[in-house]
Amino acid sequence: MTNNFMKNHPFLFMGTLFLFLVLAILVCLNTGAATITPGQVFQTFIGNGGEKNALILFEFRLPRIVIAILVGAGLAVSGAILQSITKNDIAEPGIVGINAGAGLAVVLFIFFFQGSIAELGGISTYFLPAAALAGALSAAILIYIFAWKQGIAPVRLILVGIGVNSGFNAILIIIQLKMDPQDFSQAITWLSGSIWGSDWSYVLAILPWIFVLIPLAFLKASSLDIIHMGDEVAAGLGIHVEKERAIMLLVAVALAGACVSVAGNIAFLGLVAPHLVRRIIGPKHQYLLPASALMGALLLLIADTVGKNLLAPSEIPVGIVVSALGAPYFIYLLLKTN
Amino acid sequence: MADRKERIRAAETTSRRGSRPILAAIIMFAGAFMLILVMIASIALGASDIEWKTVWAAIFDFNPELTSHQIIREVRLPRAVTGALVGAFLAVSGAILQGITRNPLAAPSIMGITDGAAFALAIIFSFFPGMAYSGLMFWSFMGAGLGTVLVFGIGSLSKSGLTPVKLALAGIAVGALLRSLSSGISIYNDVAQNMSFWYAGGLAGAKWISVQLLVPIGAVGMAIALLIAGSITVLNLGEEVARGLGQRTFWTKCAGVLAVMMLTGAAVSVAGAVGFLGLVVPHITRFLVGVNYRWIIPCAAIIGALLLVLADIGARMVNPPFETPVGALTAAIGVPFFLYLARSKGGESK
Repeated sequence: MTNNFMKNHPFLFMGTLFLFLVLAILVCLNTGAATITPGQVFQTFIGNGGEKNALILFEFRLPRIVIAILVGAGLAVSGAILQSITKNDIAEPGIVGINAGAGLAVVLFIFFFQGSIAELGGISTYFLPAAALAGALSAAILIYIFAWKQGIAPVRLILVGIGVNSGFNAILIIIQLKMDPQDFSQAITWLSGSIWGSDWSYVLAILPWIFVLIPLAFLKASSLDIIHMGDEVAAGLGIHVEKERAIMLLVAVALAGACVSVAGNIAFLGLVAPHLVRRIIGPKHQYLLPASALMGALLLLIADTVGKNLLAPSEIPVGIVVSALGAPYFIYLLLKTN
Repeated sequence: MADRKERIRAAETTSRRGSRPILAAIIMFAGAFMLILVMIASIALGASDIEWKTVWAAIFDFNPELTSHQIIREVRLPRAVTGALVGAFLAVSGAILQGITRNPLAAPSIMGITDGAAFALAIIFSFFPGMAYSGLMFWSFMGAGLGTVLVFGIGSLSKSGLTPVKLALAGIAVGALLRSLSSGISIYNDVAQNMSFWYAGGLAGAKWISVQLLVPIGAVGMAIALLIAGSITVLNLGEEVARGLGQRTFWTKCAGVLAVMMLTGAAVSVAGAVGFLGLVVPHITRFLVGVNYRWIIPCAAIIGALLLVLADIGARMVNPPFETPVGALTAAIGVPFFLYLARSKGGESK
């Protein structure tokens, strides 16, 4: 009943999600090592909050919130696209090794250029997404090559992705053990998916990618609908299936790469967010993609707030919170589907 | 009905054609001989190279006043023995798993077993620091059991049963869940670094006490494996064939899983996450000796032992004096193999 209602009113659903997102942002602004009441937050925003609160809000909490929203949206849209073009409900950038490829590229980048980059200053932050993108792309190309056998069978794609994933992880382990202990613990925290220590430079680094790629995905929503219907239907409707699929794959990979470069390897989010949304408002990409973006942003923000406060003063990397919540959902899907 | 008859006939022909006992016997004897050679090499090579003569003397004419004899007795020898045992156990586990699930991709490393053991270790490191080595091993062993039961349970409970994809995905999901819990626990309690070294997998920490743990548990596990080897051969021809021949398949599977838990649990608790050995070796063995598990299991044990001792020598030689994690080396061999299998066999609906 409610499901049908939501299917007919997708904008209502998106509105609700948006409302929740705003709520989550407000909660997130208030909580943390130092509690700042909503009143104080408001005062700070109009400029009367005092220097300390302004510092905490503008330099620590706000960039972190913005990153969580951007990354959550990016990963969710990436997952939604992957699920559609592979016609496979369990496709997700984390599972098929795209995140691991991006992560490996970033760790390699840090490992080889860290010393020289300290002198370059903040510029390196902007190179990270490019490096991650290269890694994500090579992972995607590898998966595509190995899974290609007169077309891409969904199951084969997933299995090959799992293999590629463990290959990259093995290489990661070798490199990590070669790092000195401090770099090492930094790398391991970053790899488990974390958005602490983010500042505005990370926001600036990821912003252009998100703002170009997500609207591009929205524009292509109708061709995704048609691809999702099946290759023959799509060809009959005059769509270059393989070409469109390749473009959308590129978009999904680039989104995942950009997100991984600032937030580390966050698995399962790209799986869960589009899934939940599809169950509620149905498979039309015109609504599915924006709603997934909102859902992803909301989930990641909540997960980050939980990770930040649950075991305070220690922080749990957000990627761990997401997989602790996402893995059971994934298991439930496994039990239910064929 | 016709389909079933056809399958039984196909199964019979493969089993008649596909067994090569003479080759198997050669592999076992030649393999055992090579294993001894490789183990001696493993003892002789290392941070300080020791002459073969000294190795011989240290084993058969031990002189506690010589440092080289001490090194051999207390460091190199247990390491070589542990490597051989762990390799054999992982390979046999893989062979049993692939046999009872009829699933070419089944292997201990993709099944959440190592993550289960890591989960137990994270709890121990955090809440019971300073536990004795044998206690550590016992609990990581229990953790491995937990992982196995979860993955197998989820894989079998799902609607279409234990297909290669389901098993791999259940392994990933359970692995991710256990891993996230253990990293949460270990980050909170500041033991993350201990954990990562364990994850990498390695034989560097092997002591005589690890051998003492491996031998009894492994002996029971191997005994079970050999006892049910005949049933596995039949089961591998198909569930229906096995039932038709009067076999209680459920109990065969239970015994198989029990053996896997014991063997993998013991191996993982000593050597950490050594991936892909259990996947690759059974395939090589089956290619060589055919489909009879009475031959596959002992041959897989020999080949697995040989490969892991070799990989461990490699791990010490790649970048001396540092050790490359042996798990990374086995993955370097295993991942391409896994990709090949996924490409050739995983895509079919089974």
